[in-house]
Amino acid sequence: MTDMNWIAIGHLSDIPRRGARCVTTPKGRIAVFRTVDDAVFAVVDRCPHKKGPLSQGIVHGHSVTCPLHNWVISLEDGTAQGADEGATPTLPLRNEDGALFISLDTLSLPADLAAE
Amino acid sequence: MTQKLVIIGNGMAPGRMLEELLEKAPGLYEITIFNAEPRVNYDRIMLSPVLSGEKAYEDIIIHDDAFYAYHGITLHKGAKVTTIDRAAKTVTAENGITAPYDKLVIATGSTPVIIPVPGADLPGVLAYRDLDDVSRMLEIARNGGRAVVIGGGLLGLEAAYGLKRQGMEVSVVHLMPTIMERQLDPAAAYLLEKALADRDITILTKANTKAILGTDEVEAVVLDDGRVLPADLVVMAVGIRPSAQLAKEAGLEVNRGIVVDDGMRTSDPAIYALGECAEHRGQCYGLVAPLYESAKVLADRLSGGQGEYHGSVTSTKLKVTGVNLFSAGDFSEGEGREEIVLRDASAGIYKRIILKDNCILGAVMYGDVADGPWYFDMLKRGTDVSELRATLIHGQAFQGGGEAKDPAALVAGLPDDAEICGCNGISKGKIVAAIREKGLTTLADVRAHTKASASCGSCTGLVEQVMALTLGEAYRPAVVEPVCGCTDLGHDDVRRLIRAKGLKTIPAVMQELEWKTSCGCAKCRPALNYYLVCEYPDEYADDYQSRFINERVHANIQKDGTYSVVPRMWGGVTSSAELRAIADVVDKFAIPMVKVTGGQRIDMLGVRKEDLPDVWADLGKAGFVSGQAYAKGLRTVKTCVGSQWCRFGTQDSTGLGIRIEKFMWGSWTPAKVKLAVSGCPRNCAESTCKDIGIICVDSGYEIHFAGAAGLDIKGTEILGTVKTEDEALEHVVALAQMYREGARYLERIYKWAKRIGYDEVRAQIMDDAEKRKGYFERFVFSQKFAQVDPWSERVSGKDKHEFKPMAVIAQAAE
Repeated sequence: MTDMNWIAIGHLSDIPRRGARCVTTPKGRIAVFRTVDDAVFAVVDRCPHKKGPLSQGIVHGHSVTCPLHNWVISLEDGTAQGADEGATPTLPLRNEDGALFISLDTLSLPADLAAE
Repeated sequence: MTQKLVIIGNGMAPGRMLEELLEKAPGLYEITIFNAEPRVNYDRIMLSPVLSGEKAYEDIIIHDDAFYAYHGITLHKGAKVTTIDRAAKTVTAENGITAPYDKLVIATGSTPVIIPVPGADLPGVLAYRDLDDVSRMLEIARNGGRAVVIGGGLLGLEAAYGLKRQGMEVSVVHLMPTIMERQLDPAAAYLLEKALADRDITILTKANTKAILGTDEVEAVVLDDGRVLPADLVVMAVGIRPSAQLAKEAGLEVNRGIVVDDGMRTSDPAIYALGECAEHRGQCYGLVAPLYESAKVLADRLSGGQGEYHGSVTSTKLKVTGVNLFSAGDFSEGEGREEIVLRDASAGIYKRIILKDNCILGAVMYGDVADGPWYFDMLKRGTDVSELRATLIHGQAFQGGGEAKDPAALVAGLPDDAEICGCNGISKGKIVAAIREKGLTTLADVRAHTKASASCGSCTGLVEQVMALTLGEAYRPAVVEPVCGCTDLGHDDVRRLIRAKGLKTIPAVMQELEWKTSCGCAKCRPALNYYLVCEYPDEYADDYQSRFINERVHANIQKDGTYSVVPRMWGGVTSSAELRAIADVVDKFAIPMVKVTGGQRIDMLGVRKEDLPDVWADLGKAGFVSGQAYAKGLRTVKTCVGSQWCRFGTQDSTGLGIRIEKFMWGSWTPAKVKLAVSGCPRNCAESTCKDIGIICVDSGYEIHFAGAAGLDIKGTEILGTVKTEDEALEHVVALAQMYREGARYLERIYKWAKRIGYDEVRAQIMDDAEKRKGYFERFVFSQKFAQVDPWSERVSGKDKHEFKPMAVIAQAAE
């Protein structure tokens, strides 16, 4: 973990509870979620179903419902819940007393993301 | 030779450390203590019971003068240390006393944060920190009057409770949306707020203090939104800051607090720091348990041991008599969590346990906190709870299988005068009495005798539950389709119970109706939000995070994540100026497609989210407002040109359409509502397939409803005919309000009307003038709060965060 490049993206309070904000990166758009219990998750802002922007969905528990076709995606591991199959990549995120950092090191698919 | 130990500060942490040290190594040190406060060591945590009058100062003393004398400790009271000379190894106090040390412990504690608003230095503005503060508060409280507590955290709420007990009128002003947000989730905060409200303590959330007014002493607190709260006493309880100034001036390493290692040692090997002034592994603690743990480690070190402190997880209890609240551990970050939630509304119980990798990570409990220490113990030990999991939430004493909760329990908890059938004004007591006196056993009988659920039928589920309750096994209620997986209740029951129990927030609904998840899902949250908006238009604060994206950003999301923008064109009428403005916007923002909609408006497709506020700003300058083409609300009123131009037109259909649209725009409804007004029976505006339609005839206006031309195709039903335009408006609006109050979320008018019966709608709107006027007036009232153009609101800065990325990372880090 210590070898990773951590990039500051802002503060917990920038994100509404049960909401999300986006981070624009050279590797595509990242959605950063804050859940009702103040947990924070970073996932690629793209539903595995039809590339819907997950950041725009309704956040409940540790999941988000995609605004396009109501797939429910786990924020913890990016997998589709229920009968749907697929996963969206998640990113390492560090929360230091509310100061948020993400690492893009594990993302290796800029070309795919650029399709957005 | 005896070593010299000097301790700066005489609070609870060094007090505990002394006890440990004296037991481990009596006589090892010659001890000198400097205390800035003019008294012995007392239990600061017990200040709240002193304030509330439940304890006296004498009750909370930990070490009296005899203790220091007995152990040969020199205690300088009222002596504030101002310098540490590390080279000479001495400390010097304000009053000139100097003491040499071999080992020094800094335990200067913390200072309360005073928010720098005008008037913060007025007499009568107090912190809540030491006995002097409490004495001053008690003095002011003797005359009664009003107190405003700034800060709805643990301390602030305890202060509020204490002052209330002392006879003051108390308000708590809190910046965040829920109180004690660091320890409590919204559900538990709701219960706490309710309990405090029951004790006549007013809680104002999302309230930011702007200034404190007064000339010689405090008179009032002014909030950002302009509200003025009269006050004879203001208590600031917004937080604490480690007192590290002395250490900093002595050149020790200081971040937020004085940095210590696992042996509680500062950057100078002869100096230790302990208590609220210390910072260990980046953490400063303000609760007593971790301070006691570190005090023990320090005592060990000072007596030659090698003890290590590894940080603590903390738990919180609120000292308000009759309020049982427990919060422990961490539920603020990390991945891979699960939660277990238990709610029992009738008993006022809420429990939530957060698990990760089969270990307890945190727990929040309200009402029944008996198992708090049990959970906390397993949390600290990292106990694997996979074996206990199924019954974990029921607590330590729980044996055997869990009880099944059913909605009947909710009905059982309703008082006899709670209204079950709103249409006919029938209370629970009346139904129970009728069943008993007349020996009724079927729903049809109950309907015949009481009229309960005989009109719109939306309370059928509740009536059945009253029957089940009264008749016991003899009655089996019909299966109701639940709103979603988070509850067993159906839409109608949820709505009815929101009314009967006066529930006014989403956390309140989820708690009282025993939701099975902590914050619902994408199905129930928008529904609850709508029901509350509809029920309490003036009081309810719309929860944007519970709205579908289109209603949150006031545009329609498209498959590629861009948005479409549709401005309102009243009655479908536009002008050259409006068209020019649209053309300019399309050019300026390179909008890829412009299309005419089925509702006689213009749609701009492919707008980037970031551009939305600028697009709206330009459209707003031309006089456009949001067309709400995205809303479960009033969409369009389609019109034909009517008597103004058409040779067949019988009435001014365009004018009436515009009038209706201007009257009804902005209203939220269970599902979208589309209207049309045609000027003659040729019906060019296609009124006969709309949710509500009007066909003008020579003698007046024929009102239609319950049409559909989407997934289903269905011609309208006729509601009736009225003579004047005013009557037409009143009937249309009343019908819309009846639908708003009665339909299930996402249920279009044609489905709702079919379910409750077309005749029922006619009976209430056409035949019952009093009912109709009631509906009309409630709609008008609700519009006072709904008719705000969401576009101009956002152009002027509302919800700015929605439209901007949180951060832009230009270059991938190498």
